[in-house]
Amino acid sequence: MESYLYQGLVGLTYSMYLWLLAAGLTIAFGVLGVLNFSHGALFMLGAYLAFTIYGVFGINFWLAVLISALGVALVGAVMERFFFRHIYRLELPFQLLLTYGLVLVIDDVVKIIWGGAFLVPPIPPLLDGAVPLFGRPFPVYNLFILAVGVLVGVLIWLLFDKTWWGKMVRAAAWSREMGATLGMNVPRVFTLVFMFAAALAALGGALSIPMRPVSPGLGIAMIVQAFIVTVIGGLGNLQGAFLGAIIVGMLTTYSTMLFPLFELFLPYVLMAAVLILRPQGLLGGR
Amino acid sequence: MRSDWRIVMFALVGAAVLFTAPLWTGAFGVYLLMQMMLLCIFALGFNLLLGYTGLLSFGQAGFFAVGAYVCALILLKAPSLLLGIAGGIVAAGLVALVLGYLSVKLTEIYFSMLTLSFGMMIHSLVWRWRDVTGGDDGLTGIPRAPLQLPGVSIDLSRLSSYYYFMLVATVLAVWVMHRIVRSPLGLTFQAIRDSAVRAEFVGISIRRFRLWAFVIAGLYAGLAGAMVAPLERTITPTYAHWVASAEPVLAALIGGLYVFAGPIVGAVLFIGIKEIVVRATDHWMLVMGAVVIAIVLGFRGGVLGTILRWTERGEEGKP
Repeated sequence: MESYLYQGLVGLTYSMYLWLLAAGLTIAFGVLGVLNFSHGALFMLGAYLAFTIYGVFGINFWLAVLISALGVALVGAVMERFFFRHIYRLELPFQLLLTYGLVLVIDDVVKIIWGGAFLVPPIPPLLDGAVPLFGRPFPVYNLFILAVGVLVGVLIWLLFDKTWWGKMVRAAAWSREMGATLGMNVPRVFTLVFMFAAALAALGGALSIPMRPVSPGLGIAMIVQAFIVTVIGGLGNLQGAFLGAIIVGMLTTYSTMLFPLFELFLPYVLMAAVLILRPQGLLGGR
Repeated sequence: MRSDWRIVMFALVGAAVLFTAPLWTGAFGVYLLMQMMLLCIFALGFNLLLGYTGLLSFGQAGFFAVGAYVCALILLKAPSLLLGIAGGIVAAGLVALVLGYLSVKLTEIYFSMLTLSFGMMIHSLVWRWRDVTGGDDGLTGIPRAPLQLPGVSIDLSRLSSYYYFMLVATVLAVWVMHRIVRSPLGLTFQAIRDSAVRAEFVGISIRRFRLWAFVIAGLYAGLAGAMVAPLERTITPTYAHWVASAEPVLAALIGGLYVFAGPIVGAVLFIGIKEIVVRATDHWMLVMGAVVIAIVLGFRGGVLGTILRWTERGEEGKP
């Protein structure tokens, strides 16, 4: 029994990475209306930037995470301003393909800059070590990730539901024309929202480097996980993304433990089942 | 209509080039042409779904892999090429029938996500079902079995002989697809793409026709997959991954989604660009990404669609 609880916490840690990843994807989809294939690539870019600043130049881990989030937000600004802005009115296939083209570009640029190797930096000293939980040592870093996940969730909720800025964004998402009529600079709002989404992806990537190696395949692997999570919770629904992240994290952890043969298979089954039975997702409204 | 002499000339020159290719180009050139044919069949089937019916599938690699693995398993047991390829096509068609039945209830992004998850289910099944599929090592030593026709058995173990087999299969596949899109069935697909609501009003059962398109696309993916097994003689789960599903999408986009020959031209360009760029640098993805972005932003008709529009000869469907 204790080992199940212990594994549950390990699974929740994974859930929090999925949440950080899926939150940005959901926000970008909910506001801009584009499902961004390159969101996983931004996660990866965040991981590589943080790795370089922290692992190579030896600069403070926290600073590295912050710089990487800001850096990727700037990349996001360029992406929105020069590419996404032109596709909002296009049909779905063209939107998806543009973001897929960006995946190809970012993945290759990452290979040019960092090469193809797997890179693993050490855990930052402040968060190294473990505390006993359920009869086994549990890494402090995992607890930290759990806290960050919840904290980011609360901050996003406050930002979108309680602030003037959040109201503006929701209004612009609901109707671009209405937003513009009310005097909003809607294009700028969209750029800022996309920067925020990109920064969230980078935050997840940067925080993941002490736990999993960084390699050029990371973005491709993560984006499918993000799709599973957001589809299960409901595309464009933030609470849904949080719930989806928890479900997928737990499912992956417990199926690895109980029936490892199906660990890869089951999340896709769940995703397909939700799409067939309830396409709007578990928490989707319409 | 475009049944004029220019098309006939193009076809004749193309046929002459393709049928004499093994005489004037080396093994590598022949191999490259075969890659183009495979992607051509794969993308042509895919585009019946996207360009003609308006459904973007991100799981076509799953059907390709079903064709490849079933053909390989048959050839490893019973070395008859036709049996293997027919088995691969039928298996892919059956899987497409079942998964398509579930998928065509959805449209837009939900359809894309569902097909993505089905494709990845096939990928993880192939990856983990080691006893049958060889897991991540894949299946190796697949024989390029002889083509057994009534009375004769043609040896295809040489690459150039297998080339001619594939060439005939590709020409047949293109011809059949051309017949399909000009038939009442093909026109129905286009009616659904242009307006599902109107199509429903004239009494078309949208779901049934979408399922037809899905199954035909699955059969074409299965044919391409089945032919890859004896060509490469080794197949691995990467054939089923969603990244592989993107290849026919990109080929169709580059050539032109709304022109019949778009995926054919796109397949030639996709393999051609990849080959040229890989020779000069390792970074063909960067170039391909830039091409895709440029096409989406500026030339949504694709290469062929844009040329046709410039020469004001566009005849089919949408801009």
